[in-house]
Amino acid sequence: MTAFAEVGYFEPWWVQLLKGLVIFAVVFQLVPVVLLAERKLLGRFQNRYGPNRVGPFGAFQPIADIGKLLFKEQFRPRNSIGWLHAAAPAISMLTAVATMAIIPFSDTVDIFGTKVGLYGVDASIGILFAFAFGGIAFYGLMLGGWASGSKFSFLGSMRAAAQLISYEVSQGLSLVGVVMMAGTLSLTEIVEAQKGLWYVVPQFVGFLIFTVAGFAETNRPPFDLPEADAELVGGYNTEYGGGRFAAYFAAEYLNVVVVSGLAVTLFLGGWQIPFVDPPTWVDPIVVIVKLLAFVFFFIWIRATLPRLRYDQLMSFGWKILLPLATLNALVTAILVVIW
Amino acid sequence: MTPYPSPSPSPWSPGDDVVAVQRGPRPGGAGGTYRAFGETLRGLKTTFARLVEGPTTKQYPEEKTAVYPRFRGRHKLHRFEDTGLEKCVGCSLCAAACPADCIRVVAAENTPENRVSAGERYAAVYEINLSRCIFCGYCETACPFDAITMGHDYEMSDYNRSDLIFTKEMLLAEPLERTPLRAAGE
Repeated sequence: MTAFAEVGYFEPWWVQLLKGLVIFAVVFQLVPVVLLAERKLLGRFQNRYGPNRVGPFGAFQPIADIGKLLFKEQFRPRNSIGWLHAAAPAISMLTAVATMAIIPFSDTVDIFGTKVGLYGVDASIGILFAFAFGGIAFYGLMLGGWASGSKFSFLGSMRAAAQLISYEVSQGLSLVGVVMMAGTLSLTEIVEAQKGLWYVVPQFVGFLIFTVAGFAETNRPPFDLPEADAELVGGYNTEYGGGRFAAYFAAEYLNVVVVSGLAVTLFLGGWQIPFVDPPTWVDPIVVIVKLLAFVFFFIWIRATLPRLRYDQLMSFGWKILLPLATLNALVTAILVVIW
Repeated sequence: MTPYPSPSPSPWSPGDDVVAVQRGPRPGGAGGTYRAFGETLRGLKTTFARLVEGPTTKQYPEEKTAVYPRFRGRHKLHRFEDTGLEKCVGCSLCAAACPADCIRVVAAENTPENRVSAGERYAAVYEINLSRCIFCGYCETACPFDAITMGHDYEMSDYNRSDLIFTKEMLLAEPLERTPLRAAGE
């Protein structure tokens, strides 16, 4: 079997299977945590408590929500395309989960005599893998809206597709600077290259662009036009309810976790801590703590900024973000050559 | 005389009654971007201050909103403290004053064997239909003997309309003090 891409290091198949399950379990557990943290923090940002009735401190709220959604009747409009309507949320979910595979939690470590890399796969194409699945991700939204057989869903999915395509360009370009400085696409090597200095310092503009584009890519406020529940009848997910809606919902939060993970890996030094060299077992904890801090920033932004108008969204993406990202890449290229 | 400096001469110069509006940089462009960024940071500061401030929510069923001393809640009927006789003499002035017509009084004569109130007559039936009451407090004002006053209780929801008709015994009973009173200066 030929490999699709060069892989930095790989283990025996059973180790790969095991660590795949472990990574999935750990990162998937972050989804209800993020869900609850978002609702509680949004409350605190507005001088109120958030959910605090279900279980201790409202801890069972996510499971109650998901449970409610799963027990709902599975409904679909009469003129929807059945299998696509069912497959679209799965695509959203799949791409979010697949991108998780490349986020490194540490370098290779020795566990009971077996060398194990604490990441799903260390592909040499690294970031491109993330963008490949990001490109597929919008099929989830697109097909979901289209297959619903409703004009509002269809318009919503078109809106979502236009937004995702616009911001994907800037997001890609914002990372060119990082790639040029590290001289590699592999995420573990990018983290290694940040040993002295996190890339958030020399690539601050790139970091800002990546963050803003990341908000747009995950359909988070202030760029949540694909959903826009208040003024645009929802969007691609108008005709969804129950478990399939829950899948979209979970995929959105998983995307938040994944984009945070990418930001931590690419700009915030992955498992590196400045001036300290902790033992290896601390590394995954460091990554998760940084990741949650970035998720907090996501929520903070959501509590602060109002939703953009559609023309503002487009002109911001194409007229400001894209030239800025191009300029950032250009300046970095010149500086890298001079040094 | 406008407080603003008159705008520079232009082909269209507004009259004196047109107030000049000071505008920031136009949206878009470098100025707009800079301003948007600054305002975003300001907004982040504002929301974070709310986070630090902490919630102001009252956890209602456990934590009740305190009322002011003159709050008009559920009615109370009173007795004389020394003799234990009812203050109400069944004069029906409260029923006459009630704009919602929710008070029903049927008076009866006091007899030496059965003395209920201090006056000649007493209220044999005294009912307030709380599902109709508008809590205006006119009954309290109309009463010549301070027999009826408005209490502090505002939790009166029930499952049946008929359960909201409070009888004399219920109104005379020592009411459950369910609502805290506001401290002075609060």
